[in-house]
Amino acid sequence: MTDADAIRRLLQRVGLGPRPGELARATTGGFDATLAALTAPGPDAGATATPPPAFPAPPAPAARTDVAARKAREQAEAAQARTLVVWWLDRMAAADAPYPERMTWFWHGHFATSVQKVKSAALMYGQNATQRRLGGGDFRALARAMIVDPAMLVWLDGTGNRVGKPNENLAREFMELFTLGVGNYTETDVREAARALTGWRIDAGGDTSSVNARNHDPGPETVLGTTGAYDADGLVDLLVTRPASPRFVAGRIWTRFVSDTPPDPATMDTLVAAYGANHDVTAVLRAAVTAPAFRDPASVLVRQPVEWLVAALRALKLPASKVAPAALRAGLTGLGQTPFHPPNVGGWPAGTPWLTTAAALARLKLAQALVAAADLSPVTDVAAGSRVEATAALLGLPAFTSRTAAALAPLAGTPPQLVAAALASPENAVSA
Amino acid sequence: MNALTLSRRRFLTYSGAAAAVAAAGGIGWKELADRTRTDPLPPGTGVLVTVTLYGGNDGLNTVVPAADPAYQSARPDLAYAEHEVLDLGEGLGLNPGMAGLKASWDAGTLAVVRGVSYPQPDHSHFRSMDIWQTATPDHPVNTGWIGRWLDGNGRDPLKAISLDPVLPPMLAGATTAGAALPLSGLALTKGALGTAFAAMGGASDGEPGPQAVAARSITDLHRTVATLGPAVDATTAAPGAGGKKAATSQLAAQLDVVARCVEMGAPSRVYSASVGGFDTHADERSTQQRLLTEVDAAVSGFLTRMAGTDRGRHVVLMAYSEFGRRVAANANEGTDHGTAGPVLVAGAGVKGGFVGEQPSLTDLDDGDLKPTTDFRDVYATMLSGVLGSDPAQVLGPGRSTLPLLST
Repeated sequence: MTDADAIRRLLQRVGLGPRPGELARATTGGFDATLAALTAPGPDAGATATPPPAFPAPPAPAARTDVAARKAREQAEAAQARTLVVWWLDRMAAADAPYPERMTWFWHGHFATSVQKVKSAALMYGQNATQRRLGGGDFRALARAMIVDPAMLVWLDGTGNRVGKPNENLAREFMELFTLGVGNYTETDVREAARALTGWRIDAGGDTSSVNARNHDPGPETVLGTTGAYDADGLVDLLVTRPASPRFVAGRIWTRFVSDTPPDPATMDTLVAAYGANHDVTAVLRAAVTAPAFRDPASVLVRQPVEWLVAALRALKLPASKVAPAALRAGLTGLGQTPFHPPNVGGWPAGTPWLTTAAALARLKLAQALVAAADLSPVTDVAAGSRVEATAALLGLPAFTSRTAAALAPLAGTPPQLVAAALASPENAVSA
Repeated sequence: MNALTLSRRRFLTYSGAAAAVAAAGGIGWKELADRTRTDPLPPGTGVLVTVTLYGGNDGLNTVVPAADPAYQSARPDLAYAEHEVLDLGEGLGLNPGMAGLKASWDAGTLAVVRGVSYPQPDHSHFRSMDIWQTATPDHPVNTGWIGRWLDGNGRDPLKAISLDPVLPPMLAGATTAGAALPLSGLALTKGALGTAFAAMGGASDGEPGPQAVAARSITDLHRTVATLGPAVDATTAAPGAGGKKAATSQLAAQLDVVARCVEMGAPSRVYSASVGGFDTHADERSTQQRLLTEVDAAVSGFLTRMAGTDRGRHVVLMAYSEFGRRVAANANEGTDHGTAGPVLVAGAGVKGGFVGEQPSLTDLDDGDLKPTTDFRDVYATMLSGVLGSDPAQVLGPGRSTLPLLST
């Protein structure tokens, strides 16, 4: 694979897709400089210009029996959740230095939490901000924050977990899905770890959490063969220092950034060495994308729907908030992925399960809504005979296959249709 | 929580399918569509509808052993009283939200398979759902049980249909993957854009596997539209149009599409519908009863409709979840992950009644029910009795069939 193709992969996978001109500039700068610039982001005017909205708590009904007030509250919560989704898409599209948003997106899929149960956009934004702040650094710090994150405590019933009356949900998923992987703990470990996490509550202000000593099990607990009086931090420290944990975290990064095929043992060792004693997530990422497999032509990833959408928004320099809201919502629903709405705590799938017949139709329909709102001058400004090529360049794609080029050629006279079809092309469904 | 629910790591990647799909891409969609349109399912052909309840439905509060004192004492705040449940006999009763299925039971068209799981049940949602969908408890595999059936029965994606936008592992074979029908209608873009879109579905030599799958999905979409579009689009008419009521839940909307496909003689033999939200670690009673009421309304409405046509009377519906829940309640009026649960099988050709032993509530395995029935025997019954296929080809040798079907 050429350097230019590897750089394209970098911008698609470690960035969120190139904006016009960025691919050419990166190709001039070379792979190493592009990776260094991506993963050590400086000030970001685009991000600064898309500040998060405020999410004031909707008024609580005075009485549970006040059905109208409850309905009003639910509607206010739903409206805030919609605002949150569009804001994050806007931020991902606007970021000049996309790496923090890219890693936030990665961790959102890893610590998958849904507003459908949490209800509060403020709590969901709080978790999102924590993932943005800690997502490129020490995994232990991130895991410590996530295990007592207010949205997480609501999502996995952590606030109902009390001494003598454990609720296993948070403890189980923290081991299975967040730190160790299935098979690396026993059912007894789940029950003991749940005791270590007893007593947490959301504070009165609603956006922080703390432990209520009266409801906390003083222990001792025996988890993974080690006995101690564990609290949340102590449990996280135990989990992330187990040998399975670095491999688990590195494997998750590999799947999303490099390939569906797991790394070979030597590569995995390299990733774990990069992770090191500081649990350094960005070091793992750098090791993964500098591994030989990253340049293997077979290491093609299917773009998740949100990645497909954000790459399109960035290429078209189009804020999500300029797209017809109903079409945007229907598009994400039809594709099966809406930010802050993962299907469950396991997050979203990877690979070809996204490429269904239903999704093919949804991609074309959403693409039509995007081009209706976009400035297509990079295509309209060139001669009709060069527009298919210009469209590939606009979307940051390598040349189309002859099949797709032939299909697109008749649309050269109608740039909106040309760009919509290109967005829905097989070439644009993947990071090749 | 919606229903597209498998973790990325364990989600099947049927990369083998990509190559086969690329190789098969030389046939034009119009030709294929014409073939299927002129080749409806012969009347009398069995159709299987699976309803997956994601999240681990609490079997003990679905088919409730309300008469068992051990049930009442294990769940002081969560148990249903004997007078609340819909009596099925043998000390068991359906959840109060399931009046429609109780009517099926009374009509002799609902079978309740009890204590269903597999050896050494796994308490992970994702692993256990993988096991149920791949029908391979011993080790992870990358084909689903219906996917393997597709592989061995003509490799036609239209023979098994997903009503979810993301493909469930059940429908992924080694060489074939079921098609997905969107509930939002199948109206294709017309004109030059539509023509260009269709043309991008052709095969292209040497393109990467996933890109070939993306292309093939466009071709399969056009076949799907040609074959099933009228059925799907009829369901998306404005509420009230033609006297039709809007579907009351996501599952009802899914089953509405299935019903129309069946009635028009669509060539599909298997439909996969689903509903999520059953992971009731807290406040279980109200949440689960609301969900089961939704499921009951959707399923019993579907069954009633199916009973009204010749084609529909050959439909068998099977509802299952990845596990049941712990016998004892937790402190949050919920339950943690457990093991065995009931599988419900319903339809005009179903032999109503109980199948399999009800697990004991006192002889437990570390707080969990001991399974009495292997889910693969339910599948074997569906494969042989509904799909007319040899279960061994899909499930391996040695499975038994269960007395679930009257025909």
